[in-house]
Amino acid sequence: MGLKALDYETLNENVKKVQYAVRGELYLRASELQKEGKKIIFTNVGNPHALGQKPLTFPRQVVALCQAPFLLDDPNVGLLFPADAIARAKHYLSLTSGGLGAYSDSRGIPGVRKEVAEFIERRDGYPSDPELIFLTDGASKGVMQILNCIIRGQGDGILVPVPQYPLYSATISLLGGSLVPYYLEESANWGLDIDNLRESVAQARFKGISVRAMVIINPGNPTGQCLSEANLREILNFCYQENLVLLGDEVYQQNIYQDERPFISARKVLMDMGAPISKEVQLVSFHTVSKGYWGECGQRGGYFEMTNLSPQAVDEIYKIASIALSPNVPAQIFMGLMVNPLKPGDISYEQFVRESQGILESLRRRARLMTDGFNSCKNVVCNFTEGAMYSFPQIRLPPKAMEAAKKAGKVPDVFYCLKLLEATGISTVPGSGFGQKEGVFHLRTTILPAEEDMPAIMSSFKKFNDEFMDQYEDNWNHSRM
Amino acid sequence: MRRFVIGSARNLLHRSHQNSQFQRPLLSSSYRLLSSSPSANPSSSSSSTMAPPVALNNINPKVLECEYAVRGEIVTLAQKLQEEIKAKPESHPFEEILYCNIGNPQSLGQQPITFFREVLALCDHPAILDKSETQGLFSADSIERAWQILDQIPGRATGAYSHSQGVKGLRDAIAAGIEARDGFPADPNDIFLTDGASPAVHMMMQLLIRSEKDGILCPIPQYPLYSASIALHGGSLVPYYLDEATGWGLEVSELKKQLETARSKGITVRALVVINPGNPTGQLLAEENQKAIVEFCKQEGLVLLADEVYQENVYVPEKKFHSFKKVSRSMGYGEKDISLVSFQSVSKGYYGECGKRGGYMEITGFGADVREQIYKVASVNLCSNISGQILASLVMSPPKVGDESYESYSAERDGILSSLARRAKTLEDAFNKLEGVKCNKAEGAMYLFPRIELPEKAIKAAEAAKKAPDAYYCQRLLTATGIVFVPGSGFGQVPGTWHFRCTILPQEEKIPAVVSRLTDFHKSFMDEFRG
Repeated sequence: MGLKALDYETLNENVKKVQYAVRGELYLRASELQKEGKKIIFTNVGNPHALGQKPLTFPRQVVALCQAPFLLDDPNVGLLFPADAIARAKHYLSLTSGGLGAYSDSRGIPGVRKEVAEFIERRDGYPSDPELIFLTDGASKGVMQILNCIIRGQGDGILVPVPQYPLYSATISLLGGSLVPYYLEESANWGLDIDNLRESVAQARFKGISVRAMVIINPGNPTGQCLSEANLREILNFCYQENLVLLGDEVYQQNIYQDERPFISARKVLMDMGAPISKEVQLVSFHTVSKGYWGECGQRGGYFEMTNLSPQAVDEIYKIASIALSPNVPAQIFMGLMVNPLKPGDISYEQFVRESQGILESLRRRARLMTDGFNSCKNVVCNFTEGAMYSFPQIRLPPKAMEAAKKAGKVPDVFYCLKLLEATGISTVPGSGFGQKEGVFHLRTTILPAEEDMPAIMSSFKKFNDEFMDQYEDNWNHSRM
Repeated sequence: MRRFVIGSARNLLHRSHQNSQFQRPLLSSSYRLLSSSPSANPSSSSSSTMAPPVALNNINPKVLECEYAVRGEIVTLAQKLQEEIKAKPESHPFEEILYCNIGNPQSLGQQPITFFREVLALCDHPAILDKSETQGLFSADSIERAWQILDQIPGRATGAYSHSQGVKGLRDAIAAGIEARDGFPADPNDIFLTDGASPAVHMMMQLLIRSEKDGILCPIPQYPLYSASIALHGGSLVPYYLDEATGWGLEVSELKKQLETARSKGITVRALVVINPGNPTGQLLAEENQKAIVEFCKQEGLVLLADEVYQENVYVPEKKFHSFKKVSRSMGYGEKDISLVSFQSVSKGYYGECGKRGGYMEITGFGADVREQIYKVASVNLCSNISGQILASLVMSPPKVGDESYESYSAERDGILSSLARRAKTLEDAFNKLEGVKCNKAEGAMYLFPRIELPEKAIKAAEAAKKAPDAYYCQRLLTATGIVFVPGSGFGQVPGTWHFRCTILPQEEKIPAVVSRLTDFHKSFMDEFRG
C-alpha cells in the first residue's frame, strides 16, 4: 500500500489559514437545515436574483441572441425579440472574433473595453484608456490577480479596512502576505480616521512589514458607508505620502441610498487633484455586473482599470491574464450592456428604466426598513445603510450570553447567529467574519429579501432578538426559552 | 500592442530557464536584491523620489518568472502585423494572419453545436419559454432540456451565485455522464465546476505546493499552463520526457528516474501531471500504460492530475480514450488507494466552446478534511459562471438516440470530428514532406508538434537575432506567410532539439493555402540556410 498522497498535514499552510465566512459555518449549517426541510432565508451573500430580484429584460434578450446567432437569421425572430435587442446582439457579435464560443483577447474584447472606457469618461469627466482596462471573470478574480502581483511574501502588507469583505483577508492569506488593518469608526458612521491609518502603517513598518497597498471599499461592504470627496482626497494624499497603490473596490457604485454623498470614483478625485499626485499615485479600480441594480452574480463579469502603473507592470499583469486565456465572453457582453445602456428613444428604453428604477427605489426603501427595524430591537444599534447591499447591526450581547457562547465553544456572534438561524431560518454572517473591534459584535445581513417579505423578516428577527436578550440579561427571569 | 517586456529582471530569470531541467531557481535572495522598499518616513512630503509601489522591481517575482508562450511574443508580433495589414493591405506579402497558435476552434470558423446553444439561449432568457412563438424558433427537446435545467436552479435564477461546487442538479447530470462513459459510478459531491479547466488546475497547484521544495512531475513537452502555474505558486517543475521516437511514449521507467533524481535533490514530489490525449503531442495512452501510471502514483504516494480535456478528440480508430478514473477502478482501486483529480473542459472536443469558460474537476481519493479545504478555496470565488456550468452538463449528457435533436446533433458532431481527423492527417503529411522535418501523428487533441532539424547557419542566425532557433524559424515564417505557430521552446523539448506547435484548426478550405505557403517558405528558408 502506497503513502497517502495529499493529506491535511501536507496541504499548503496558506490554504489552511484562509477563512471566508460568507460561505462558512453559518451558511453550511443553514444548508443542512434547508435539506432537513426548514425554510431558510439566505441573507449571507449579496445575491439578489436568489431572493427574487428579476434580471433586467434587455440584457438577457441580447445575450440570448448572441448565444444562438442562428436566431438572427430567422424571419420570426422579431416576434420574440425587440429590434434594439437584435441590433445590439449583432453589434456585440461583430466585436467578437468568432462569437461567444471563442477565447477573446486575454484582456477582454477590445470593443467592450472601449465601451467601458467611454463609460468611465462620461462618469468622471476624464478620458480613460481601454488598454488599461482588463475584463475579468468577476471582480474577485481581478482583485486576486492584482494582489498576486503585489504580494511577494509575509513582508508585504496590505492595508484593509476593518470590517472588510473577506475576499481581501482570504486572498492575502492565500498569497502569504500580511493584512494591515485600519479600523472604521462605527460611531462616526463607519468613518475613516487618517491618524488611525497612519498608526496602522507605522506599527506594520515597525514589525518590518513593507506596506504596499491600501484597499478601500466604496460604498462599503459590510458597512455601506459612502465616502465623501474630502475623504477620497485625504486617502489619495495619504497614498501619495506613504507610497501605496490604492485598490478601489467600487462594485457597489450604483447602490446609493442617500443623496448627501453620491458616488464619486477614486479616479475622478485623483484626476481632480492634478499633478503631481494625479500622475503618480497608482490606482486600480474594480467594478462588476454582480451588484448595482443588475445583480448578475452568476455571469461572473467584472473589470479593473489601472492608473499610473508602468507599461512594464501592465505587461506582466497582461501576461498573467493570458495564462487564463480569456474572461468568459457572455459576461463581457453583460459588461458592455451595463456600461453602454439604452438611450431615450430606444424601443426598450422605457421598460429598462422602469425595471432599473424599480429595483433601486425598492433597495432604498429596504435599506431604511432594515435599519429602522434593527434599531427598534433591544441591544441592537445599526448605522444606516448608505450604499451597497448590507446591513451590519451591532449586537450588544449581555455577559451571560457570552458565557453561554464560550461554553458552546463558539465565538459570541457565531453563537448568536446560529441561534437566530435555528429560531427563524434567517441565515446571516457573524461580524467576526468581517473583522470588528475587540469585544464588539455584529452580524451582516443583506437588504435583498423581497420588499413584501421584509416586515415579516424584521418582526421575526425582533421577536428572536428581544427574547434572546431577555433570556441572557442579568436581572430578568428567563423561563421562556 | 503591448510587448511582453524583456527587462533586466526578467532576463536574469530567463537565462536560468534556458537549461532544460526547468528547475525553478531559488528566488528568495534575488528579489530582495531587486526590490526597493521605500524608507518608512510617514512625514516625507513627496514620494516622487521613491520607487512606485507596483513596479517591475517589486512585483511578485513569481509573476515575473512564469511564461505562457501560447499567447506570447510570437502572437504579439502577429497582432501587430494584423493591424498593419488592416491599415495598409499591401504592407505584407500576405493578406491575412492565420492563427495556428491556440486551440480556439470557433475563432477560425468552427460552428457551435446548435442544440447546446438553443438550451443556453433559453436558460439566459427564460421569459420566452412560455411563449408560443418560441416553439417555432427552438427545437422541442431544447425547450424541454432548458425547463429541466431551470428546475434544478433555485428560483430558476441563472443570474444568482450557485453552490460553490456548482448547481447540484448539473453535477448530478455530469456524474451520470461520467458513469455512462466509464461504467463506474461518479459522485456529484466529487465534482467542482470551474471557469474552464485551467482554474481547477491552479487550485490543485495551490493546495499541493508549499514551497519550491514541492515538485510536480510534468511531461516534456507540456501545455505551458502547468509550468506557469507551478512557477506562480512557487513550486518546482520536475520534468519527465515523452519519447518522440515511440510516438511520444510515456515510460514509467522515465517517471521513476526523474522522481528519484528530484528526491535526491531534496524535492518532495507531490503529484504527476498526465495530459491524455496529449498537448502538444497528441498521443493517446494505451490502457496498459495507464495502469502502470496508476500503479506508480499509488506506490509513490503521488496525486494523479489527469488533464483529459481532449477526451472527445480522438482521430485513430484503433485507439480509444480511457479515463484514468475508469482505469483505476478497473484495477480494483478505490477511494483509499489512489488520489486522482480528473479535469474536463467545454473548450475542446467537438463543442469547442472556449469563450464560455466551462469545465470541472472530479476529485477522488481525498480525505474529508482535505475536501473541506478544497471547498473553502472554491468558496472564496463564490462560484463559476452559470452558463458555463450548464454547458458542462450538456457536454457530459448530450442528446441521445431518439431525441428530436439527436440526428442534427450527431451530424454536426461527426462532421466536426471527421474534419478534424482529415486536417490532422493532411497537415501531418505536409510536415513530413518538408526537408528536415519529422512529424508524429496526431492521434488526438488539436495539435501537431513537428520536429525540425535546423542547419548550423540558421542556428547562428537565430543566435545573432537573440532568439531560440525554433522561435527564429517561427518568426521568419510569420513575417513571410502570416502563419502563426508557437515555438517548441514554449512547451519544452529535449535540449538541442527544435519543434513548433501548429493547430489543426484552420477551416478545411484554408488548409491547402496553409500547406502551400508553409511549403514555399520552408523551401526558401532551407535554401537560405542550407550548409
